[in-house]
Parts: sequence; structure tokens; C-alpha cells
Amino acid sequence: MIGTEIEHLIKLLSRLPGLGPRSARRVALHLLKNRESLMLPLAQGLARAADVIEECPSCHNLDTVKPCSVCANPSRDATQICVVEDISDLWAIEKTGSFKGYYHVLGGTLSALDGIGPEDLSIPHLVRRAKEGAVREVIVALNATIDGQTTAHYIADCLQACNIAVTQLAHGVPIGGQIDYLDDGTLATALKSRKAV
Amino acid sequence: MSDPGLRRGYVSADRTAASHLAFIPAFYYVIRIMLSFEDTGIILSLRPHGENGGVVTLLTRAHGRAAGYVYGISSSRLRGTLEIGNVVSASWQAKSHDQLGTYTLELDESHTADVLSDPVRLTALQSACVLADKTLPERESHPGVFEGMRALLASFATDVWPAAYIYWEIGLLKELGFGLDLTRCVATGTNENLIYVSPRSGCAVSAGAGEEYKDRLLHLPPFLRGEARFENEDILHGLQLTGHFLLHRVFSLANTNLPEPRLRLEEKYGRLVKA
Repeated sequence: MIGTEIEHLIKLLSRLPGLGPRSARRVALHLLKNRESLMLPLAQGLARAADVIEECPSCHNLDTVKPCSVCANPSRDATQICVVEDISDLWAIEKTGSFKGYYHVLGGTLSALDGIGPEDLSIPHLVRRAKEGAVREVIVALNATIDGQTTAHYIADCLQACNIAVTQLAHGVPIGGQIDYLDDGTLATALKSRKAV
Repeated sequence: MSDPGLRRGYVSADRTAASHLAFIPAFYYVIRIMLSFEDTGIILSLRPHGENGGVVTLLTRAHGRAAGYVYGISSSRLRGTLEIGNVVSASWQAKSHDQLGTYTLELDESHTADVLSDPVRLTALQSACVLADKTLPERESHPGVFEGMRALLASFATDVWPAAYIYWEIGLLKELGFGLDLTRCVATGTNENLIYVSPRSGCAVSAGAGEEYKDRLLHLPPFLRGEARFENEDILHGLQLTGHFLLHRVFSLANTNLPEPRLRLEEKYGRLVKA
């Protein structure tokens, strides 16, 4: 028989991405077996993170400071804003170390089927940021999907009157990719955006 | 379900049905059809469901608009496949006809590259997919709409796609039971100088007969009378024409407005005409 508290813990763990009821049970047992070394530090870490991590009012990134460490860094290029769908995309671009400007996290993409409109995303805030600051270029780094590109075109429309260059990431052959294994859509887009060698 | 063979999936179910119902061959045939089919389909919509799966709605050639569950929608194998407008070979399986069922999909044609860089083409593709998704009844064959949509998707690589889009919407209206008669004037019977369409009857009206009511009539663009060339204004008139009947004959019955991509498409052409 499983006690109510353990049952509750398993139920909470099974709500995490990648965990079902069986794997949640295994995780719960592992935590209970390593109470001092893992469970209590994890609980404290979770409580602390929930307490101090907040959304940046400027770019909608998550950080312990307000504004976030990216927005607070004066050495970054204030003329460029990179628009991403989610915080995981921001982390992915930041990991490359090749972008030195600021970010703007939309929190999703426009979707007619799911009823997600511009007001559900932070697009009006992006337009305000672009108008107010010294921004000269907005780089739209959204997924190469129908919804991602619809959002990219919508952002370009919104920023048309601001006299700001709106660019987007190239679509094509990935580094290390073999042409033989590429899907038709990627290959056709790569051919369309070919450049002089 | 007393026979354990019935629990082992549709192939076993068929065999069991064959052994018990061999004296009714027609019934056996119905069971097979209900439990699985293979068809060519156009992806109309994708709704993520759970962590790794999603519900995909296809417009298939022989089975009409049919939904099914697809496992692993974010896998590298399916990443480029599950975009609206892509043509796929679909294999659908379910234990009974009233279940959602599961799809196995393989990409046949991708049209994403033709539309991604052009906002108007992109909106038109979304509009066509959402119109088919919202208006066609489920699991009812509409081969005309399917073939028309396939032709429309192929036309996105050319410059005639706006006219193809209007023709497809007229075809959709006809399939839904609201065909337009654009061949002769509803008032005089003539087939010359047709430049208007009656918003009530959906029939063409000649310039002479419509002169008195021209403020209330819809414009009939020349390319719908057989002329090969068209301007942005003609496409806008075409969109206003089909939009009127889609709204008043189809969507108003459900007390809803036209889908958002369809409204955006008309708005984009309105801006192109003004520019």
C-alpha cells in the first residue's frame, strides 16, 4: 500500500514532461532512498527557484534579477533585437555566442486553429521596444514552420512603419547535413536561398 | 470480446470475423473497410495532444476529411512532414469505426518551400486548409475538393495561384450545395457583358440589368468569365464574391465569422489594391 503523501508526490512528478505514472513512481522511490543527498536539496532548490526567478519585464526572459542579466549587460549591441518564440530558443542562440544584441521572447506563435492572436503574444511590447530604443535591426529567429513564418511576416508588417530592418534566419542545409537525407521542403528552400560561392 | 483473438488488433479481428461471419461476405467487407484504409491526403490541421503525439486532420481522396492520432510528431522523421498543405500517403487504423484511430504518414509532396517566403501565398494556404477543415463534413468523400486543392497547392509554385484559389473556393461552395451560376444573366438570360453577381441568388447579372442595383451587387471579375489575365483588384473582387457566400451560406449557419486566415487574405489584397 502506498501512503497518501507518496501518492501525492507520484502524482505531482507524473505531471512533469517525459514522466508517466510508472517513471514517476521510480523517481519518487529514488528520491525517498536518497533523502538527505538529493530529495531535501532538490526541494530547497525548487522552493528557492520559485521564490526568486522572475520574468524580465523587458525581454520576457527568466532570471533571478530584474531586468535579466542579458538586458542589464551594457556591453551588448543595443541596435539589434533577436525575436525568439520561447526561452529555450534564447538559451540555444546564447549558447552559440554569435549574437551580441538583445532578445525578445514572444511566448508562442500566431495560430488560427488554436486561437492565438497577436494580443496573446508580446508583439505589441516588441513594437514599443523597437520604436523607443536605438534599434536598427530586428532579427526574427522563429521556427521554419507555417505558424512560425506567419508570425515572422506579421512582425515584419507591424514594424514596417518603424523604419527598422527586419531580417530572419536562413533556411537550408544544416552543418554536417547530407543532401541525400534532407526532406523535400528543406532542399527546395535551400535551393531558393542559394548564394554565390 | 470473449474471443482473445479480437483483442490482438485489426488483423486478428478480420480473421475472427472471417471465421464467424463467412456466410455474410458483405459484412466481412464492411468490417475491413471500417478498421483500416490507405489513401492520399492533404494535411489540414495538426493539434498537439499529450507529450509526443498529435491529432492530424487530413483531406483524403476517397475518405474525405478524416482525423487520426499520430505518434511522435516532434521526431526528426516527421518534423518536415507535418505541415499543413503537405500531401502524404496515409495509413489509418482503428479497432472500430467510431474511434479516432491512428495514422502512419509518409510525405509525398511538400509545398512549404513554395509559400514560406511569401506572406500572401502563406495566408492563402492557411485559408484553404482552415476552410476545408471547418466546412467539410467528417469522413464524407469529396474527391472534387481534394483534386481541386491538390491543383491549388501545385499552383503555389506559379503566378496564377490567386485565380486558382478563387476557383477552388467556388468549387468548395458548389460541393457544399451553394453553387454559383456565372454563365448567364439571371434577369435577361444573356451571356454577354456579365459584370455583376446577385448576392442573393449567386447568379451573374449583366451590365445593363444590374445598372440600377450596382451598389448592392457583387463584382464579377473578368477571369471568372474566361479571360486569362487578372489584376490584384480582380482577385479582391473574387475574394469578396466567394467570401460573401461562404459567410452568408456556410459560416452564418453556425453563427461564426469567416476564419481568421481568410479575413487576413482579403485584407492583404485590399492593401495591395490600395498600394
